[in-house]
Amino acid sequence: MYEFARGPLVWVALAGFIAGSLYQLITMLRLAKGEKNILPYMSARYGARSVLRWVVPFSTHNMRIRPLFTVVSFSFHLCLLVTPLFVMGHAVLWQQSWGVSWWSLPSSVADLMTVVVIFGGIFFLLRRATAPEVRNVTTWKDYALLLLVISPFVTGFVAHQQWLPYEATLLLHIVCGALWLIAIPFTRLAHMLYFVFTRSFMGSEFGAVRNARDW
Amino acid sequence: MADPAEAQVVDPGLDESIKKLTPERIAKVINTVLSPQSARLKVYLQTCVRCGLCSEGCHTYLSRDKDPDFSPVAKVKDTVWEMVKRKGKVDGEFIKRAARIAYTQCNGCRRCSMYCPFGIDIAFFIMSVRRICHLLGVVPQYLQDTVNSHAVTMNQMWVQPDEWIDTLMWQEDDARDEVPLTRIPLDKVGAEIMYSVIAPEPKILAQLIANMAIIFKTAGADWTMPSADGWDNSNMAMFSGDFEVMARVERLHWERALQLKVKRLVMGECGHAYRGAVYDGPKWLAWKKPPLPMVHAVEYYYELLKSGKIRIAKKIEEPITVQDPCNIVRGLGLHEKLRWILNELCEDFRDVDPRFEHNYCCAAGGGAINCGPPWKITRMKSIRVKAEQFRATGAHSIVTPCHNCHSGIEDIIGHYDLGMHVVFINELLVKAMERPEA
Repeated sequence: MYEFARGPLVWVALAGFIAGSLYQLITMLRLAKGEKNILPYMSARYGARSVLRWVVPFSTHNMRIRPLFTVVSFSFHLCLLVTPLFVMGHAVLWQQSWGVSWWSLPSSVADLMTVVVIFGGIFFLLRRATAPEVRNVTTWKDYALLLLVISPFVTGFVAHQQWLPYEATLLLHIVCGALWLIAIPFTRLAHMLYFVFTRSFMGSEFGAVRNARDW
Repeated sequence: MADPAEAQVVDPGLDESIKKLTPERIAKVINTVLSPQSARLKVYLQTCVRCGLCSEGCHTYLSRDKDPDFSPVAKVKDTVWEMVKRKGKVDGEFIKRAARIAYTQCNGCRRCSMYCPFGIDIAFFIMSVRRICHLLGVVPQYLQDTVNSHAVTMNQMWVQPDEWIDTLMWQEDDARDEVPLTRIPLDKVGAEIMYSVIAPEPKILAQLIANMAIIFKTAGADWTMPSADGWDNSNMAMFSGDFEVMARVERLHWERALQLKVKRLVMGECGHAYRGAVYDGPKWLAWKKPPLPMVHAVEYYYELLKSGKIRIAKKIEEPITVQDPCNIVRGLGLHEKLRWILNELCEDFRDVDPRFEHNYCCAAGGGAINCGPPWKITRMKSIRVKAEQFRATGAHSIVTPCHNCHSGIEDIIGHYDLGMHVVFINELLVKAMERPEA
């Protein structure tokens, strides 16, 4: 079971993630080409200007007026992206499967980053449930998606700490991780793929067309 | 928590029109406009993570004590998301509610796009809803009337050709009383500038045209105005969703300028007219850019003052503040030039907060004020933050180079009892500038 999970299942998930992402991006590009009012107005300079603004903490007005959210959101996203790539347990797997050695995070740092993701997820859950403007547009799917996002981190952390039977938790961790990867291109997690494009389109509209700033 | 008082508002353009709809027609129109072939629709729908961060961007939401039903994302949820989810199978009552949201609760000011981390163009969704409503014939009655006027007369206010010319001659006379030999040259082929205005100028604010004639005369400009249709640069069809009429209006406006073989257009103090002439009109006509440069009045005054063609004799003394019109600030980045002009003109200029691209819309823009008297109270409830912002400046007058802002702010002043006046820049400029010697 474990062998299946860390073998074929992971392959399927990775393939699904890559193929799904390519499919979505190619579809987007194909549709955008078909419309005459998108690509001709894209500007590399102003697109990049906008993207840079929006990936640097506290550089936009909306980030400054809600400092707690900004800190939580940036640390959540950073840890979410970095931890799975550089956690020691995964580095061992990269090595075993492909023979590539990879720099890995010290165990205590990885633990901390995992906790940041879990607490960030809990923060978002609570915000969804309590902030009226967010609750108003939230359905069960949004909660489910958030739980899915933190599930590999919760299970990975529990497995690493060996609080529960190791093999079973690890198995659960792999399954959650696989679902997580496949979900990216096909759910709202696709904002990870689209962010650069939506942001640079608006950045181009504001900067290149309308001579204004979009932050 | 939609406002129960607003449920009472009667608007035959919505209430009666929905009676003629059939489910098939609704579904057909929705599925055509919200096409799966739209890249922006697809990507925006999937990218929005329902974080609610756009809320802070919306003057309607802020003015209504942060009622979540008025946040930008909620307006999309109650319209586009539902239409997509039900594949267009919605009823007339749903369309009526969607029309109320799209026409009377959102000005399409695009401030929320500066608060969305992904830069989702929420106004694009709202304009798509308006397009659907227009195609279904469900448009607020007063707004539809202005669109009808555009379609019939090619101007917004049913101004007849003889009235137009008569008004210009009358204004030329008035201007001569101020500065001798002032002219309003009609149809002068090869002039450097064609000056265009919005139809409310000849209809209700004709003295603005005389003011401009005095400014042109003082600056020694080579200018003209067209005597025939195409003189109006306003465009309410752009806001009702009637893009066919929008494009007719814009094309005629540009064609008139090309016939007169001018080098550039200068336009009066209006925000949406710039947007229509330079962005929305040309895009619908599949022109990447307009055929000639369009110079907004603010840019033109800046040019005249900077180059010394117009000099200030005596600055205005009373305390004055400003309204940044969305379409020339978020839409054109003229906020610095506007401040420069006001500091040249006024002794006591008091800035607003928030300002520049973060200005609040006046709540009249985007066609909202043209939805007419039935919707005035709705509009006033949605703009409390603007009233508070002005009150905090302690100014006596509010300058705004935009007609929608001008009318909207007059309503705000009355409703919130601010005891202020609204003025256009050209009113201050003709008072403050050096006149040519007779």
